[in-house]
Amino acid sequence: MRSQIEGSQAVAQAIARCRPQVIAAYPISPQTHIVESLSDLVRTGDLEGCEYLMVESEFGAMSACIGAAAAGTRTYTATSSQGLLFMAEALFNASGLGLPTVMTVANRAIGAPINIWNDHSDTMAMRDSGWIQLYAESNQEAADLHLQAFRLAEQLELPVMVCMDGFVLTHAFEPVDLPEQADVDAYLPPRVPRQALDPEEPMTIGAMVGPEAFTEVRYLMHAKQAAALDIIPTLASEFEERFGRSSGGLVRPYRLDGAEIVVVALGSILGTIQDVVDTLREEGVPIGVLGIGCFRPWPEEEVRAALASARQVLVVERSFAPGVGGIVSRDVRLSLNGLAAEVFEVAAGLGGRPVTRESLRRLIADVREGRMPANTLHFLDLDTQVVQRELRRPGTGVPPGPHVDHLTRESGR
Amino acid sequence: MAFQEIKLYQTGTFVAGNRLLDPAQRTVQARTGRSNTLTSGHRACRGCGEALGARYVLDAAMRVTKGSMVAVNSTGCLEVFTTPYPESSWQLPWLHSLFGNGPAVASGVAAALKAKGREDIRVVAQAGDGGTVDIGFGTLSGMFERNDDVLFVCYDNQGYMNTGVQRSGATPPAARTANTKALGAEPGNVFGQGKFAPLIAMAHEIPYVATATVADLHDLEAKVETAMGMRGARYLHVLVPCPLGWGADSSETIRLARLAKESGIFPVFEAEQGDVTAVSKLRRQVPVTEYLRPQKRYAHLFGDPGRPDIVERLQARADRTIARFGLLSEGDR
Ligand SMILES: Cc1ncc(C[n+]2csc(CCOP(=O)(O)OP(=O)(O)O)c2C)c(N)n1
Ligand code: SF4
Ligand SMILES: [Mg+2]
Repeated sequence: MRSQIEGSQAVAQAIARCRPQVIAAYPISPQTHIVESLSDLVRTGDLEGCEYLMVESEFGAMSACIGAAAAGTRTYTATSSQGLLFMAEALFNASGLGLPTVMTVANRAIGAPINIWNDHSDTMAMRDSGWIQLYAESNQEAADLHLQAFRLAEQLELPVMVCMDGFVLTHAFEPVDLPEQADVDAYLPPRVPRQALDPEEPMTIGAMVGPEAFTEVRYLMHAKQAAALDIIPTLASEFEERFGRSSGGLVRPYRLDGAEIVVVALGSILGTIQDVVDTLREEGVPIGVLGIGCFRPWPEEEVRAALASARQVLVVERSFAPGVGGIVSRDVRLSLNGLAAEVFEVAAGLGGRPVTRESLRRLIADVREGRMPANTLHFLDLDTQVVQRELRRPGTGVPPGPHVDHLTRESGR
Repeated sequence: MAFQEIKLYQTGTFVAGNRLLDPAQRTVQARTGRSNTLTSGHRACRGCGEALGARYVLDAAMRVTKGSMVAVNSTGCLEVFTTPYPESSWQLPWLHSLFGNGPAVASGVAAALKAKGREDIRVVAQAGDGGTVDIGFGTLSGMFERNDDVLFVCYDNQGYMNTGVQRSGATPPAARTANTKALGAEPGNVFGQGKFAPLIAMAHEIPYVATATVADLHDLEAKVETAMGMRGARYLHVLVPCPLGWGADSSETIRLARLAKESGIFPVFEAEQGDVTAVSKLRRQVPVTEYLRPQKRYAHLFGDPGRPDIVERLQARADRTIARFGLLSEGDR
């Protein structure tokens, strides 16, 4: 059924139709509307057979999911930003124990300075947590990805994050085709765990492992991630057959035919980039877009194949690694190993700064006309005056103090 | 099997040997049908109070639930000495996740069992004092406030033993640990820090809170039975001496646990819905020195010149606990 609906409501409805048995969640903007809505659905009885735990923290939320998943049930949680970091220890534990929780992350910046708006620094910080990370481009895809995420998680016994841009998607009203219950039931059968906490068959789960086997355990975890690279495309095509629309998959090539310059990005920003590319194509610019749908595991071969004939690759990412540079860019370079393409790293849309068509057009022009150096991190729409003033602050022999305080003071003047 | 000679010991004034009891009154451990939930071959130190406590708690709970039970364990000695790869001493479904999340993991297990309509399977969670009163306290309070159907057992050995005997929020004042050494003007752990978790558990008004020691194993088993006869969040705090951390002989474990109770240092009681319902009176009050002296963690209090002032403060604390919980019988007051 197609309805004009808020992204969070669409996700909550999709989750409810996946019939989770345990939900444990703690509120944080911009994830709140999803978990509020699910709490309603459990209370009204629309979501039957589900226990909803109001936990005391995100650490508690993920821990409860660990217990519930180990007991064999389908489990779900959602968070953002500080909440995701507060879960960090339990995230690694869930993946290490091979427990298939699905979690929506409404992507949001990480403080300090505290900022509730969208970027990807939260999920990127957890990229090595052993979770699969899928990124939604639209609300339709966000809703659809959850169905695929449960299939993937439960088939592989690995936890999966569905990342959707906070506010930009979670709070946007768009038409979304909500999957019918019968179709979801047909696509997503009840979970059948390989092992569960069961007095009939007592198992020790979470035992200590020393140097004699730790490497092997970790190797197998890596192999599981690699297996996801085969399963994800199959799940997406099966989804398309059943629901009649394309959602998910590893990468999403857009107008790559004959593209000499390719913009690589994740999430909702792809829509704007595609619009810009459409106009540029009309102007005769040989440009295309590569959307990354699955960031963990990294689809190295698929990215390489898609970028094989590009001369310039422009990675536009909503986070960066301080002191290093782009995060996605590094993985893109890995895929391009041995190919001639130049890579341009751009941090854009940090802490919710809008990424406009004009800025993107300017950026692309700078790259094409050789005004931007390759392989160094560039910040889109950076106010150079502000940063220059701060960098030139006279050295008085005392430590500089927090930049954010200076900026706040000065902009208040 | 080799023939093992059984010796009958006179176990002390307050303990009737099992053999003298009516079979129905014998401990679960003394019955042939005991489940050996924590079976032999684990790697606890000799005389470990925690291993003893866990064995009694789990076997008693297994008896009540007829084996329909799962256990969640926080990180700590109990977890480490029972599951060195590729071995396990557990003969029940057992899950270890992290140090600070045992209560929340147990809540998740209980929620899953409820969602599956399998509330006949019961959940027991267990942790050391560190995993309970310090790093796990947030999740524990959450579990209490939701009244989740979990019995949470804290094995209190008064320190972080697994990491080499550092101070925890349950380490008593003046005790030396690896990071509260007997140095400076206030040797050992400082006064006025830490917390007595059972009272905070009671503040949540959960159905059942109880304390026990490994000196009175009948009492411990009875409390487990009471707890397992109830639903909702229940808390059991068991004092379990640690020969290694306390610097005591491994033969002293039971005696020290008894002296902790009989000196008034550790109150043994039960509470329901936030009100104390029963206390174990002192059988014969002893001065705290009798409890402190055999432990090297208090050695700095007794040398020459020693610290009689600190011993006095510890006695005053015990006296206060005795008064507060009414631990003296009518005739003794
Ligand atoms: C987050 C985290 N911090 C610290 C540790 C290290 N650590 C493991 S067990 C432990 C102390 C355990 O103390 P307690 O809970 O009292 O159990 P005990 O070993 O004394 O039985 C510590 C500090 C850890 N595993 N995880
Ligand atoms: S250190 Fe203490 S608690 Fe740990 S196994 Fe040894 S006696 Fe038991
Ligand atoms: Mg301890």
